[in-house]
Amino acid sequence: MLTIHNLHAKVADKDILRGINLTVNPGEVHAIMGPNGSGKSTLAGVLTGRDAYSVTDGEVLFEGKNLLDMAPEERAGEGVFLAFQYPVEIPGVSNSYFLRASVNAVRKHRGEPELDAASFLKVVKQKMKVLHMPEDLLKRPVNEGFSGGEKKRNEIFQMAVLEPKLCILDETDSGLDIDAMKAVADGVNALRSKDRAMIVITHYQRLLDHIVPDFVHVLSQGRIVKTGGKGLALELEAHGYSGN
Amino acid sequence: MSAANLRGHGRHYPEGSLRSPAGLEDNLIDMDKTNFTNLFAAFDREASSRYCALRQTARERFAALPLPTTRGEDWRFTSIAPLLETPFDLPAAVSVPLPPAVGPRLVFVNGRYAKGLSSPMPNGVRAGSLADIDAIQISQIASETDSPFTALNSSFLSDGACIIVPDGVVVETPIEILFMSRPNGKPIVTHPRVLLVAGKNAQATVIERYLGDGVYFTNAVTEIAVGEGAVVDHVKVQSESDTAYHIANTQIVMAAKANFTSHNLSLGGALVRNEVRVRFDGEHAEATVNGLYLAKGKQHVDNFTVIDHAKPNCASHEIYKGVLADRAHGVFNGKIFVRKDAQKTDAKQTNKVLLLSDDATINTKPQLEIFADDVKCTHGATIGQLAATQLFYLRSRGIPLEQARRLLTFAFANDIVNRVKIESIRAELEERIV
Ligand SMILES: Nc1ncnc2c1ncn2[C@@H]1O[C@H](COP(=O)(O)OP(=O)(O)O)[C@@H](O)[C@H]1O
Ligand SMILES: [Mg+2]
Repeated sequence: MLTIHNLHAKVADKDILRGINLTVNPGEVHAIMGPNGSGKSTLAGVLTGRDAYSVTDGEVLFEGKNLLDMAPEERAGEGVFLAFQYPVEIPGVSNSYFLRASVNAVRKHRGEPELDAASFLKVVKQKMKVLHMPEDLLKRPVNEGFSGGEKKRNEIFQMAVLEPKLCILDETDSGLDIDAMKAVADGVNALRSKDRAMIVITHYQRLLDHIVPDFVHVLSQGRIVKTGGKGLALELEAHGYSGN
Repeated sequence: MSAANLRGHGRHYPEGSLRSPAGLEDNLIDMDKTNFTNLFAAFDREASSRYCALRQTARERFAALPLPTTRGEDWRFTSIAPLLETPFDLPAAVSVPLPPAVGPRLVFVNGRYAKGLSSPMPNGVRAGSLADIDAIQISQIASETDSPFTALNSSFLSDGACIIVPDGVVVETPIEILFMSRPNGKPIVTHPRVLLVAGKNAQATVIERYLGDGVYFTNAVTEIAVGEGAVVDHVKVQSESDTAYHIANTQIVMAAKANFTSHNLSLGGALVRNEVRVRFDGEHAEATVNGLYLAKGKQHVDNFTVIDHAKPNCASHEIYKGVLADRAHGVFNGKIFVRKDAQKTDAKQTNKVLLLSDDATINTKPQLEIFADDVKCTHGATIGQLAATQLFYLRSRGIPLEQARRLLTFAFANDIVNRVKIESIRAELEERIV
């Protein structure tokens, strides 16, 4: 599904990603761990088309297509989704307006007809229940006045509504108490399927107790320095990133 | 207080030296008024005799008042040169098709009352063409200003909209006044006039709408008297053609305990000047003076507001928001006067501008003159661009760039849109922006 080959990227003249290689197949869950500043969010940003980063070498193929050539909205249309480390507040735009615009844009990209207000609401209400989202969510402005935990849950909720092929979760667990983290993990696990892949970026292995990965990668100074199974996360927890 | 001259990264005019390339404005000190005065005689041949004396007085006033130049403070950023260079004609009587009215409406085409296009007024309201109603209040409010354009409007006073809501009468349905300009080949000028009088404890909602095609000049004057305890909600929708000139003076006088709300929605026009003047003439009155202006291309939109706290214990809330794209130029000049005896005044003014391009320019100038000591007055201005993080967030959810921009623009304008109480106008604005 996703093939990253020798990816190099810069931010403001600083080399951040320095030769990333990663292959993700449908159905797989990959965890990416690594110290602060190692480039995890940069990788997520490059994959989703954030323009603060410039790719200096390498390529990324998503289902055989050159991902890096696509605008962010095209990537979303193709099925790439990022749950932001820092979800963005958009005062003046309600969640329902935003989500409907989003769902219909993605459907349009796929050549599917737009959802009318009633069918949209039906889909959304059902997903809200699964993720225990507050009743008034749809009326409220996007992320405005949300607590940290609510924002993270809202990301997973959007993911559930958009049903992407590749889900990238950037530190979705940080700042969550244990109950909120379980709710998020349940939401994510409900989305696991043989056709869908996930890249779970996290700092702590505790999330991986709930979202059990197939592979764990350690990112350090812009390179994947170690890859293993789910046991690697426990090892890292015990010995730290530098304790090889 | 000095002007704040703020803009995108494009053009830079140093403080106090805004000039058109030719410095044209400055040569117009003794500007020629004949472009307008030479229409008097022809106008009188068709005009109603009802306001003959009033026109005469106004013409003398117009002759005496100098036309504004960019040398003066109040018109510093807006040159009226195009108005003096375009040969305007009096408009011909034409008939236009119009969809049937959904509510009470008064229609004026090329300055003339169009009875056939208008619809019945609500019960208990005295309303219709000024040519048919003896409105003793006419020109009493507007004559308070020394504006040559207001005097010019009165110089052509013959027809217009008159709405008189007697004491205690509450009108639920909004009354719409529609002014349409239809030039036939040559540019035309009309002087739309509105008189709205709400009696003691009366209530009314009035929509004033301007539309047109081609090149023309609309020089409008609206007088509103809000009686004691009366509630008036006024919405102006300026949707002139993109080659039109629009200068308007909306002037309000408020009695004790009166409540007035104004939404000035400025969407069309090539050169636009919206003036709103509110004077408190009694205590415990409250005015909400809001505006939204959207400009693109080379549109020039100047909003000039004056809130005169002449009496104690009154409150005014003012929010103006502008969205400027392309090479559009916006001006906001908000004056608040708090007179010596106007203690316990509560006045708030906010002015926010969204610049969608590096070539768009805004000049803002809050001007608070406070002569009382026990008052609450605040003002604030912000100028910003669309946030890159918000744009990326929307795009990462599949929303195309252009749509994301419109969505965020609407989000910016939304708090003004949401304050408009008339659902159909909110929908119209949303449609227009998103
Ligand atoms: N917009 C930016 N401008 C400058 N430096 C940045 C920017 N974004 C990230 N960086 C730098 O890039 C490095 C990697 O950051 P990031 O990818 O956010 O790390 P992580 O998510 O692994 O903590 C850090 O050294 C950070 O300071
Ligand atoms: Mg990060």
